Formats: sequence, C-alpha cells, structure tokens
Amino acid sequence: MKEIVVIAEHRRGELRDITWEMLCKGRQLAESAGANLNAILLGKGVNHLAEALKPKVNKVFLIEDERLESYNSETYERALVRLITERKPWLTLIGHTATGMDFAPSLAARLKMPLATDCIGIEIEGETCSVIRQLYGGKINASVSFVKQGPYMATLRPGAFPVLEKDPLPGEIVPLPSPLAAETLARRFLQYVEAAVAEVDITQADILVAVGRGIKDAENIPLVKEFADSIGGVLACSRPVVDKKWLPKGCQVGTSGKTVRPKVYIAIGISGAFQHVAGMKGAGTVIAINKDPKAPIFNVAHYGIVADLFKIVPVIKDKIKGLRKS
Amino acid sequence: MNIIVCIKRVPETTDADISIDKSGKDIDKSSLVFDLNEWDSYAIEEAILLKEKLGGTVTVISMGGEESNESLRKCLAMGADDAIRLTDPAFNGSDGFATARVLAEAVRKIPYDLILTGTQAEDDGYGQVGVVLAELLGIPHAAVVNRIEVQDKRLKVHRELEGGLEEVVEIDLPALLTIQTGINEPRYVSIMGIRKVAKKEIKSFGAPELNLKADEVGLSGSDIRLEKVFLPPVGEAAEILEGKPEEIALKVSEILRDKGGLS
Repeated sequence: MKEIVVIAEHRRGELRDITWEMLCKGRQLAESAGANLNAILLGKGVNHLAEALKPKVNKVFLIEDERLESYNSETYERALVRLITERKPWLTLIGHTATGMDFAPSLAARLKMPLATDCIGIEIEGETCSVIRQLYGGKINASVSFVKQGPYMATLRPGAFPVLEKDPLPGEIVPLPSPLAAETLARRFLQYVEAAVAEVDITQADILVAVGRGIKDAENIPLVKEFADSIGGVLACSRPVVDKKWLPKGCQVGTSGKTVRPKVYIAIGISGAFQHVAGMKGAGTVIAINKDPKAPIFNVAHYGIVADLFKIVPVIKDKIKGLRKS
Repeated sequence: MNIIVCIKRVPETTDADISIDKSGKDIDKSSLVFDLNEWDSYAIEEAILLKEKLGGTVTVISMGGEESNESLRKCLAMGADDAIRLTDPAFNGSDGFATARVLAEAVRKIPYDLILTGTQAEDDGYGQVGVVLAELLGIPHAAVVNRIEVQDKRLKVHRELEGGLEEVVEIDLPALLTIQTGINEPRYVSIMGIRKVAKKEIKSFGAPELNLKADEVGLSGSDIRLEKVFLPPVGEAAEILEGKPEEIALKVSEILRDKGGLS
C-alpha cells in the first residue's frame, strides 16, 4: 500500500496551521490513491502534539531527542533521511514555510528525490503526481509534472489548502529511537527574537489604510498617511514598503508581518501577492485601489477602483473631509 | 572573506500587462524589461558590504544566455570583482535542481568562504536553488536570512520566520545563505558606473568546461517539467467602482460609513 507522509511543523509547543492544511490535503490524496496517511513529528516533549495529530492519520512516527527541541536543518535532515530511507513513502509533504524552505530542498537532494516547491495544487494521477505552482509573483499559474517515477516530495504553500473536518482516523503513535548521535553540528540554534513592538498596533484598528509598492517613493507616504488620518484609520503597508525602509516593520501586513482583521481594509498600490493576502483576507470589507485591472488584489477585494492612486486618493480624501464637516 | 554570489536576470512583471506566449508554456517576454532578480540585488549588496568591512573578493555567477551579462555588469558596477556566466544550450529548461547542479560545478573551481543567493527568484519562485547548492557542495546553509554578523570563522545569522519572529543561528564557514529582501538597501547603479565596467571581462563556461554531461542538466537533468501555464482563476471578483473621481469618492465614503462605522 502506498504511503503519504506529512512532516508536522511546530514551533514553541504548537502545531502550525500548515500542518493541518497538509493533513487535510494529504487525507484527500490518500483516499483517492488508496494510500495510508502518516505524520512524522520530530521534537522534544511533544507528546501532546502527537496526541493532537493522532485522529488525523493512520500513524504518527514520533522521534524525541533534545537535539530536536528547536528546529535545525542539520538534525532534521539526519533524522528524516534515516526515516524516509527506511519507510520509502511514496509522497512526502512539507510546508513551504521559512522552515520547509530551509530543509526540504537539501533533504530532497540528499535522498535524490524529485521535489516540487510552493505548490498550490497537487493531485495523484495513476502512478505519478501533478502539481500547480505560481510563476511571476502569482500572475500566472503553471501545471507541472514529475519526470521520473516516485517517490516524490512536495512543499505546499501555507493558506492554499482549506482545512475541512473529516471523520477521525484510527491513529496510532509509533515512538522511534532517535538516529542522532553525539556529533558536532556546523549549524546551531541560538534563540528566537521577537519583532520590535510597534508604536501603533495595526491589529487593533477598525479601519486600515495599507500602502504598497505603487507609492513609488518614501516622500509620497504622507499622501496616504493624511488620507488614513482623515478617515480615522491607521496606516499599514505591504512588504516592499518595509524592505525599502519607508515604513517600520510593525506596519507590515502579511505572512512575515501581522495578520489583521479590520472592519474596512483599503489597499492602495498593492498588487496582492499571496504573502500579503494571507495577512488581510479576514478583513470585513476590502477596497482596493490599483492602476492594473489584472492585479490579484481585485480577486480578494469587495470593491475595486482601477485608477492612478496619486490622482484618486487626494479626491477621496477631500470629499470625505468635506462630507464630515457638513 | 571571499564571497560568491549567484544571481539571475528576470523579467519585471510586477507592473506589466502579461500574456501567455504561443508555446503555452511561458509568458510573452518580448515587450518586458529585464533586471536583476530583486532578492539577488540584496544578496550582492550584502556581499559587497561584507567585502568593504572585511576585505576579500566578490565573484558573481549567473546561469543564462549572453543577455545575462547585463545583470552581471550591474553587479560589477555595484562593486563585485569578477563575473562568470554559465552558458550552454544544454542548460535550457533546467529546473531548480539542475540549476543548482550547474552552479555547483562552477563554484567548485573557485576558493570561497561564503556563498550568497537570493531566497527565491521573481519568475519561477522555486526557493530551492541555494539550499540544494549547499547540499551538493556539502556545506552548511541557512535560508531566508535577514541579518549577518561575522564572528571569526563563523557567522551569527537571523532567519526570518512568520509573524515577525526571527530565529538566530550560528553557522560555521564555509557556508551558504539565501538572502531575504530588506536585509540592506541595495546601492544605486548609475549609467556611468555601468560604463566603467563595460570592458571588464566576463568569463563564460559551458557544460564541457564544467565536466557536465548533457543528460545531467537542462530538461533531461530535471526532476520536474512545466506542462502548461494559464491565468489564475478569478475568484469572487471585486465590484469595480466606476465614474468620475468625485462619484467614486462618494461611494468610498458610503462604504466607510456603512462598513467601517465612520461618522
């Protein structure tokens, strides 16, 4: 019988959302292929996580070792190379996260296993797999096939696969001895560092006005800030604005920034890359202003304005100012 | 510190109106402007900052056609010492793994302490080449790096995780890091700067010089194959507000009042 395994991702004592997303997709794939769905959990003192995974899989392979307490690509790879070589799962699923991006490519290369990264779709077709990936920052989708026969490895994009409730599986926790020996590592985990606390907490705002790459220059930021102020909103931004140091990291909405759920979210000059959308799709009402009618942001927005932000934003600001005065 | 930076020339698509080409396997690039991959511009800047502080050399490598010289020269103008282009018809169609294999053979010819790549490319977005390259070379790596501190024979680096969290790891040299955007502010390159390096030699290697067989690279050396491209399905598309700017502004104020509680 075929085996599909999900490498469970967890951090600081909690399973991450991507793990449930992979398990849900993995379940559907396992059912369509008549395969077993198993999970691999590496860590230390993570029995409670193994218990949580149990009803979602046939087996949880659990390796506990103090050298696995914090994620490290080297210890992860050593443990996984051993386990995957022994079990030979037909398909291994890993999250396309900061963690998965760090170990999946080298693990696949070491195992000489074909890898498709950042998949937003994956289906089993007979003895092979086909996936859907995005190109050019999400402007184009591509269907991609594996050239050789399995086993295969794929990393799945966070937020791309829904989590649906399913009947529990008769999960079993299978503790395995750690294959790690007392050897020196070339890479060592030191600590986590939290982001600096922002002056304004963008997660608490009812109205957020977020600005993106379309603002073109730091000197144009006040235009949007004044607009935000005029409607009692808080200024936020997408990643490129922080990369260019035009606004501080605390203003950033998206995967590597904050997740926000305001009543109204106004996206100005933001194209709508998935990393950004992941942080704002819970907003009540989304208004997007972008000059490109094909910008992906219009797929998530409730209202769209196809216009040059430098022309339309001042007009909206003045109109609302006028209305609020009267 | 001798540093190698692997870069890629990519089409600028953020603001471009793109369409699918006749092959159905890519976009029509004839009217697009090309530039250095955004992630790579941070990687080359970081290498030059380290060189300015610690001495040593920066060698920049790119797999691609002759047109890649444009991006290599941009890196030379920024401050790189040497540029190498890996060009061979056999390299065409390489996936992330095959690309890493080509780069690995070129890197083996050069002494280095540190290799930097971008975390991913703007076009195919594999986010894979750097980490596979480290594995093929048998050196430690860290991906998605947004801060580097050099400490003698090792580095202390910050990896960007989700939600504003960072992970600090220590890594022995030689090592490979994949660089995240925002780690620095890539310097501006003037036309004069590019002109100054216009005559500088760019070495070029093909598959034979790298001891690579044709079936190890390109499409035949790849694990995955792109079958076709298509436009992403449109979700619940937005209601587009139309009319004069004044009318649109009025509509926005109504939405803010009804949905945002703006009085």
